[in-house]
Amino acid sequence: MARQRKHPLVFWVSALPPSLWLFGFFLAPLAIVWVLSFGEKRGLIDVEITWTLANYVRALDPLYLGVVAKSLWISGVTTVLCLMIGLPVALGIVFAPGRWKPILLFLVILPFWTNLLIRTYALIAVLRTRGYVNFTLEWGADTLGLPFEPLALLYNNAAVVIGLVYVHLPFMVLPLYAALDRMDKLLIEAALDLGASQLRAFVTIVVPLAVPGIISGVILVFIPALGSYLIPDLLGGTDSQMIANVIERQFKRANDWPFGAALSFLLMYLTFGALAIRSVLAKGDGGLEAK
Amino acid sequence: MTGDLGSENRTPADKAIIRINSLSKNFGAIQAVDGVSLEIQAGEFFALLGPSGCGKTTLLRMLAGLETPSAGSIVIDGEDMSRVPANRRPVNTVFQSYAVFPHLSVLDNVGYGLKVTGIRAAEVRDRAEAALDLVKLEGYGARMPDQLSGGQRQRVALARALVKRPKVLLLDEPLSALDAKLREAMRHELVNLQETVGITFIIVTHDQEEALSMADRIAVMDRGCVRQVAPPAQLYEFPTNRFVADFIGSVNLLEGIVSAVDGAEMTVQAALLAAPLRIVQDKRFVPGTKVWVAIRPEKINMTKLETGPTLRLDDNNQVEGIVEEITYLGDFSIYHVRIADRPEGLVKVAVPNFDRATLRPFIWEDRVILRWNPNSGVVLDS
Amino acid sequence: MKVRHNARRIQPGPLEYTRRAWMRMILLATFVFLYTPIATLVAFSFNDSRRNIVWRGFTTKYYEKALANDGLIEAFVNSLSIAFVSTFISIILGAMTAFMLWRFRFPLKPLYEGAVTLPIVIPEICMGVAMLVFFARIGWPTGLPWPLNLGQIAIAHVSFSFPFVAVVVRARLASFNPEIAEAARDLGAGEWAVMRDAVIPHMRPGLLAGGLLAFTLSLDDFVITFFTSGPESVTFPVKVYSMVRFSVTPEVNAASTVLVVITVTVTALALWIQNKQSSEARG
Repeated sequence: MARQRKHPLVFWVSALPPSLWLFGFFLAPLAIVWVLSFGEKRGLIDVEITWTLANYVRALDPLYLGVVAKSLWISGVTTVLCLMIGLPVALGIVFAPGRWKPILLFLVILPFWTNLLIRTYALIAVLRTRGYVNFTLEWGADTLGLPFEPLALLYNNAAVVIGLVYVHLPFMVLPLYAALDRMDKLLIEAALDLGASQLRAFVTIVVPLAVPGIISGVILVFIPALGSYLIPDLLGGTDSQMIANVIERQFKRANDWPFGAALSFLLMYLTFGALAIRSVLAKGDGGLEAK
Repeated sequence: MTGDLGSENRTPADKAIIRINSLSKNFGAIQAVDGVSLEIQAGEFFALLGPSGCGKTTLLRMLAGLETPSAGSIVIDGEDMSRVPANRRPVNTVFQSYAVFPHLSVLDNVGYGLKVTGIRAAEVRDRAEAALDLVKLEGYGARMPDQLSGGQRQRVALARALVKRPKVLLLDEPLSALDAKLREAMRHELVNLQETVGITFIIVTHDQEEALSMADRIAVMDRGCVRQVAPPAQLYEFPTNRFVADFIGSVNLLEGIVSAVDGAEMTVQAALLAAPLRIVQDKRFVPGTKVWVAIRPEKINMTKLETGPTLRLDDNNQVEGIVEEITYLGDFSIYHVRIADRPEGLVKVAVPNFDRATLRPFIWEDRVILRWNPNSGVVLDS
Repeated sequence: MKVRHNARRIQPGPLEYTRRAWMRMILLATFVFLYTPIATLVAFSFNDSRRNIVWRGFTTKYYEKALANDGLIEAFVNSLSIAFVSTFISIILGAMTAFMLWRFRFPLKPLYEGAVTLPIVIPEICMGVAMLVFFARIGWPTGLPWPLNLGQIAIAHVSFSFPFVAVVVRARLASFNPEIAEAARDLGAGEWAVMRDAVIPHMRPGLLAGGLLAFTLSLDDFVITFFTSGPESVTFPVKVYSMVRFSVTPEVNAASTVLVVITVTVTALALWIQNKQSSEARG
């Protein structure tokens, strides 16, 4: 690595265009939103920047705190479920026979390459009252001669959690796979050899050694789940609104931009908080590579 | 003669702690272990010796329960192991790379096997500390594995396996990762340790010196099969096949045909030698059998033709040659002697360097006579 | 004595988890969960029934209907145009960022790195809101003719895509052997020649992978687009969203299937090219 003064021309040619874009089309918009969050609404689109904290105070209203709590709760449950499914799946892929490994990994990654909206939409078709799950259950009940009442699988919190798990599972499996694959397999054998049962070896050896992967996976699931808009919007009911849905409402319907700006910065601070916890836990490996 | 060499080793012949019966393991088309049958006695220091890829580690892993046999059975202390998982077997393993748990302290590593079997914390601690004393790591309990040297990590692995008081301790190439000096010291330590704890040790190694110096008995393996099981001295002096003769130490192999058998004495006509060879050994072959005569380099006596006694016609086990190459090895030198009138015949002779190297008794192009006793050679038919 | 053993009959080894029934059940259940929705979506796009629940026979009429839906086709063309343009710009900006961060030390570099990673980590909704506010505040012209009316969306897409390209390319550059550049300089190559002949060829698989990522991110994005699109600039996900809000229809199934097939094909193609390149590089 060289100092930028050594080759000023090369440095500026490569640094200037992306920096200008980053400042002009990313940091500047964020800064505008930040400033806006200290503003007061005057009329339909007029906003006066008065450096008031009223918008943030309003966000502490039980109504909105409840939404924040619900968002944290839903994304927390999603993360735990992803971890519980992801650990055995990652373990299975790591110890699969050589020719199966890339196939299984590919199968985990492939849904990531299909459109989020389409996947959510596909889930609606499966879960709705006249969807395939209920259809299958009805058929099963009919065969057994049981009465059948379609289950309300959609438009509730459970549907949001199912949708979030469905979409974010690959983000959990991949870092777990990477961590477990790096682990010395002999350590598990040593634990078994010393008398530990498979479960005991898993809990005392595999899980502690997979902690870096678990942290990465938890962050990669929790952060996008916390800020998710589409899934609670399409799969959730009236009481499963998350922060992002409230923010959207301020901008698109309620037309209260300063309050929406304050809420979106609150969401960002929550995200940064989660990232800070992770960097404290992971001690030191920051920067671009950590992502 | 064979029996004499065997009896000096402490091998109680009646108490087999491990019985391996026609055990096989194949990975796809690769036959790693091919019908091995072995009995290992209680209290024995047993070595599985062979070149890499001979199946010795796979055999050890099957004993530990880390690999399931394709066929055959393992009985440890009278109990069939085929349905017993690794964690319930009365054996423990010291792995080649030690496999010390990186996230646990030394004491927790050593106590791990006790803790997972439900022994209470105070006893775990006491026994783990005693085990650390045993491997001379007292006071290291609080350290983490990355603060230890390779040799210390190995002691941790050793203590961790011994603390469980297994019926059998399995050691997979335990010394291969250590440097030469430490390796030699550890050999003695392992032997002493085994005598102290009285546990059956089974060690896997590719290093013949290691096996010869430590083990009571050695099984030499090649391509998944056991080629010979014997105490070290017997293995060296009386190999039963060319593979063992060649793998253990250095050897001259002379191909020939048994021409006559007379009492304890066999006569072999070797293709490379004009005069027939006379060999005295217990195992005899019928005349006409194709055989190989194995003679160790150090069992050949070499004299200069002009100074020493000339060829005696009545003695068969001698040949005239010319010194072609000298390899100086410090304690002794290896001379490659070209047999007279046989350009394809080379014999290795080991001569101790009794004097300093500058006073070499033989130099290149010296004409020499090689001779050996009738009981120095071994006739092999495979 | 060589016996052919039947591998299936032998008990699994302690670490052969995938040969155990419970592990197979978990893997199977997970993949069923991941694939059933998409698979049924694709299958029922060919179903000759509006109710879309019982198989009534094979038909392609919903594909014809989707093709005849001008709004859908327009949105589709918009999405692809935006994806191509934003991918192109993202690759250039991402490669420059990666190269600069890899090659140079400069004051406040950790802060700069943090700023580059920011678009990856901040919630989509925040970015969407920021873009909405930004374009409204600076008075970005509206009502421009196609394709200029897609400019806002393309700019937003570049802003969140190029950091991804930068991360991927920088990871690739980490494996660059600096001795190659030194050897080139030793042979008299200048800074530009070293870049052209050594650094950029080494970057290429990273550029491909990063570009692919940018392309799918752009095609996939709904939230940020939702906030930057106007009535005249609708992308495929936004169009599908407005259709989905009302009901599940076979046309949407058909259109979605087409998009799924496109992204999966592009991905498979890119992975195949990458595989081929890396195996050629290995000799």
